[in-house]
Amino acid sequence: MSTAHSQPHADDGAHGSLASYTIGFLLSLALTGLSFGAVMSGAVPHAMILPAIVGLAVVQLLVQLVLFLHLGSAPSQRGNSVIFLLTAALIAILVSGSLWVMHNANLNMMPMQMSAEHAMAHE
Amino acid sequence: MSSPVTTIDAGHGDHGHGHDAGGNTVLGFWIYLMSDCLIFAILFATFGVLASSYAGGPTGKELFDLPYVAGETLILLVSSFTFGVAMLNMAARKTESVISWLLATFLLGTGFIWMEVREFTHLIAEHAGPDRSAFLSAYFTLVGTHGLHVTAGLLWLVTMMHQVARYGLDGIVRRRLACLSLFWHFLDLVWICVFTFVYLRGVL
Repeated sequence: MSTAHSQPHADDGAHGSLASYTIGFLLSLALTGLSFGAVMSGAVPHAMILPAIVGLAVVQLLVQLVLFLHLGSAPSQRGNSVIFLLTAALIAILVSGSLWVMHNANLNMMPMQMSAEHAMAHE
Repeated sequence: MSSPVTTIDAGHGDHGHGHDAGGNTVLGFWIYLMSDCLIFAILFATFGVLASSYAGGPTGKELFDLPYVAGETLILLVSSFTFGVAMLNMAARKTESVISWLLATFLLGTGFIWMEVREFTHLIAEHAGPDRSAFLSAYFTLVGTHGLHVTAGLLWLVTMMHQVARYGLDGIVRRRLACLSLFWHFLDLVWICVFTFVYLRGVL
């Protein structure tokens, strides 16, 4: 134990510093503020709000992954990063696939209030 | 017990940080977190599918109080930062400071859970409980699962404050703190998706 304690704690960049945590915190704060601001202020055109908040969320996820969770291409973090990328791909397939399938299922479902004759006239 | 610690420290002595002490444990914990990610992905997909199945009940626009949610978000974000500072103090071997910053994180986390429980009881009192519509079932399941994770993190924080006080910052304690730090930051990542896709999108 004593040998480990006498070693200098070299910062190889994978563990963060006060500066990186502070930058990460301030960036997250700004991005969160922009997201809530975009919805609550009413200054953003309605069609632009959803793409804007999704974009801001993705940027904030990346900021926190790099600055708080220390993901990156450093040799010590490469394994974690690759596992994360595979998981992100799985999530993208899972979420977009579910939404797409259920959207189509809803479109093709016969409305409750429509009679069979009416539905066939639509064909 | 002491020999594995010594081996770990000797093998990675030139790094000496939590991530390297027992790197395989932290890697294994990361794989667990990624599988937890898939649980949340499924809950988000379910919520996405049911997001407008109101069954004649209240909509997100009527129910969600955005300034309140912004407050919850701020508390969780600050707690993520205080945990980061605790980890920096761990790297600098400042035992007392680590406990203080973990305590700050714990108090912020408790504040977050308190706000969430208040929000849930308020909704249920307004007859907008999980049994009102598919939208609300999906909402309570998703946000509640996140809340349960934070609660588990709070229990783990108490445990780690005790262990740091009792055993000091030895290899095992540092490794456990490295895992808990990943867990805590991960919960903030999930919350980013919650406030964006549930609350902000819900009031549009």
